[in-house]
Amino acid sequence: MAKSRKKELRFYSGNEAIAYGALYAGCDFFGGYPITPSTEVAEIMSEEQPKLGGAFIQMEDEIASMAAIVGASLAGAKSMTATSGPGFSLMQENLGFAAMVEVPCVSCNVMRGGPSTGLPTKVGQGDVMQTRWGTHGDHPIIVLSPDCVAESFTLTVKAFNLAERYRTPVVLLSDEIIGHMSEVIALPEPGEIPLVEREAPDMPPDWYKPFELTSHGVAPLAAYGEGYRYHVTGLTHDEYGFPTSKPAEADRMLRGMMGKLNHHDDELMLYEEIQLEDAEVAIIAYGCTSLVMHRTIYAARQQGIKLGMLRLITIWPLQDEAINRLCEQVDTIFVPELNMGQISLVVERLNRGRTRVIPLNRVDGELFNPYDVAATIIAKVKGDDIEDDTTIPLEI
Amino acid sequence: MTSQQVKKLPVRVYEEWCKGCNICVAFCPTQTLELSSHGKAIVAHPDKCTYCGLCERLCPDLAITVRPRPTKNEASTVDSKEADDGKK
Amino acid sequence: MSDQAVTVSYLRSKKKYPSVWCPGCSLGTIMGALLRAVDKLEIPRDDIVFASGIGCTGRMPVYTDFNTFHGTHGRALAFATGIKMAKPRLKVILAMGDGDSTAIGGNHFIHTCRRNLDLTAIVVNNNIYGMTGGQFSPTTPLNHFASTAPHGSIDPPFDICNLAQGTEATYVARTTSYHVRPMQKIIADAIAHKGFSVVEIMSHCYTTYGRRNGFKDPVEMMKQEKENAVTLKSYEKKKAEDASYELEPGQFLTGVFVNDKNRPEYSRVYADLSARLREEQ
Ligand code: SF4
Ligand code: SF4
Repeated sequence: MAKSRKKELRFYSGNEAIAYGALYAGCDFFGGYPITPSTEVAEIMSEEQPKLGGAFIQMEDEIASMAAIVGASLAGAKSMTATSGPGFSLMQENLGFAAMVEVPCVSCNVMRGGPSTGLPTKVGQGDVMQTRWGTHGDHPIIVLSPDCVAESFTLTVKAFNLAERYRTPVVLLSDEIIGHMSEVIALPEPGEIPLVEREAPDMPPDWYKPFELTSHGVAPLAAYGEGYRYHVTGLTHDEYGFPTSKPAEADRMLRGMMGKLNHHDDELMLYEEIQLEDAEVAIIAYGCTSLVMHRTIYAARQQGIKLGMLRLITIWPLQDEAINRLCEQVDTIFVPELNMGQISLVVERLNRGRTRVIPLNRVDGELFNPYDVAATIIAKVKGDDIEDDTTIPLEI
Repeated sequence: MTSQQVKKLPVRVYEEWCKGCNICVAFCPTQTLELSSHGKAIVAHPDKCTYCGLCERLCPDLAITVRPRPTKNEASTVDSKEADDGKK
Repeated sequence: MSDQAVTVSYLRSKKKYPSVWCPGCSLGTIMGALLRAVDKLEIPRDDIVFASGIGCTGRMPVYTDFNTFHGTHGRALAFATGIKMAKPRLKVILAMGDGDSTAIGGNHFIHTCRRNLDLTAIVVNNNIYGMTGGQFSPTTPLNHFASTAPHGSIDPPFDICNLAQGTEATYVARTTSYHVRPMQKIIADAIAHKGFSVVEIMSHCYTTYGRRNGFKDPVEMMKQEKENAVTLKSYEKKKAEDASYELEPGQFLTGVFVNDKNRPEYSRVYADLSARLREEQ
């Protein structure tokens, strides 16, 4: 692409990149509640939204924040909130509501050490399963995890795009390290990253079925106040949005809702393969953990171990194809995570004994030292570690 | 009574919606209404109705409508054709 | 058109009446008054969002031909805040129950009062959780019976209008489900008010509350509403005549307690801020 003018380079933190990424994507509503380590996102929004004609509101808690962004989205806004673990727990109720009523919105969780108040200023990756199953009931959800500042920006734009395309809440799962580290980046020019605008209905209002099962799984969504007077409810509903408890309609609604993420792998299933071509041993990682694993790969390869990495960018839906391929290819898969083993559980389940899966867990609020991880991997691969492997038994 | 002289009731009850709660019957100031044996409101004493509209406003099931109060020269029960015209 | 013809013209043709509500439940009466109030104000139905939370009251919006919203328990005001801030031209009206608005939604309620965003909350107070079968709520009177207060409630109740006044709502009024005409007028007033308005409607649930507390039918409960309501005017008059005059137990005041047109409305304040910042740029 021709460089028409020199882009401004400056330091951004991951959280700043998220905020500017959201604005780039057209976010014109932000509702939030202060919480470490995500607050910078809200601070930038409070600065920028009124200048841009969008809305910023600090709500009374995270329950209300999540509710407000769902309401705003129904009124036609591109809406977002940002929080961390304790706040994300409070958001589960209305995150489930958003999934149920198929309203696009972006909820950003900058993870810290948990559970409960945990380690507010330190890093953790303990919310991975919560992003998938935190709210009650089966529901579709998209979860994206950036592993650097630049990606915090682009993935935020992506999050809005996917939310609008699939009419679903998207969770942007960052963490304290990514959120607070700084990188020099240049923001993309307007138009450089394509934006997705939601499909509005164009049929006569009487024909409009806001929850119709269309061929591509997603019905157009009318904004309130545009002539389509429809009903939205968290109750199981029919195509018009009216409550129903008829078994056939309930079944249709839930399966339809779950199915809409099934057929669009390329744009949805984002991952990166790093030195996997010749790999005999692999790492599966995401977020701040994958960031430091590049060093681990380098160190292990210096010792003659053919190590590569599958970096998950889309955490949910589950990357079953990419993980399955890896299970066929390598002898051992290491899954380093800043939790007690959440993605390693699903890797184990997909693996079905084909290869060795070894979780590496750290939960002290600190990030992995890549050379320590390399040493562990080398020891395990060469078979000279004394302990037996520490695979967590799988009983889901 | 000729066909043009069909007497119109002052109050109409939409039976499909009436749940027989008795509110209209109890609060009608002139005891115009009663509950029928199958539990629906009926206009038992149309002549007593003063067209006050209370039953219409109180009915929780939107099952009653009261006709406009007839003008002075009209009887309380009027010719149906005239009544329809008068309602515009 | 007759009152009923007006009311019925605002019902959704695709959503069939009769309602889910029990015989004699006041929710239909209140909905009728609301629809006629909206009609009087001549607000286009496309511009109205009618939102609710969970409970029997929460089932009201689905019947009406507006942009309708049935959210999660207690959160209606928070959803509505998002709707209004994203599109201030919309008129947002809410129907909430007593438990919905002051127990699980209490936090949202007081902060919405504080902000003074232009929303209208119709709080239907039937002193009980009806839909779940009659558990005591924050407005169940002391010593009254509920399925979770089988020995009589020991919880001191809230006065919803006091709560709204204490947290500085700019329009606060109370009426009863019997007083349909004043109710309709007050609701119209509240909707026209520029700011957060709270209308508490003393109402009744015979099925889960009345039966347990010695009432023989909904009519008897309504009669009691009629008798226990003391208008603010008559109270003030009596109080002026006799300073020792007080309401009797069970009696409550009705009327408009607060109508403050001076406090700025939140979305207006935000729009002004936004306009100023954009000018400065
Ligand atoms: S008030 Fe309405 S529902 Fe009740 S008995 Fe009368 S007409 Fe029927
Ligand atoms: S209009 Fe008034 S008088 Fe006539 S039936 Fe209804 S309540 Fe009774």
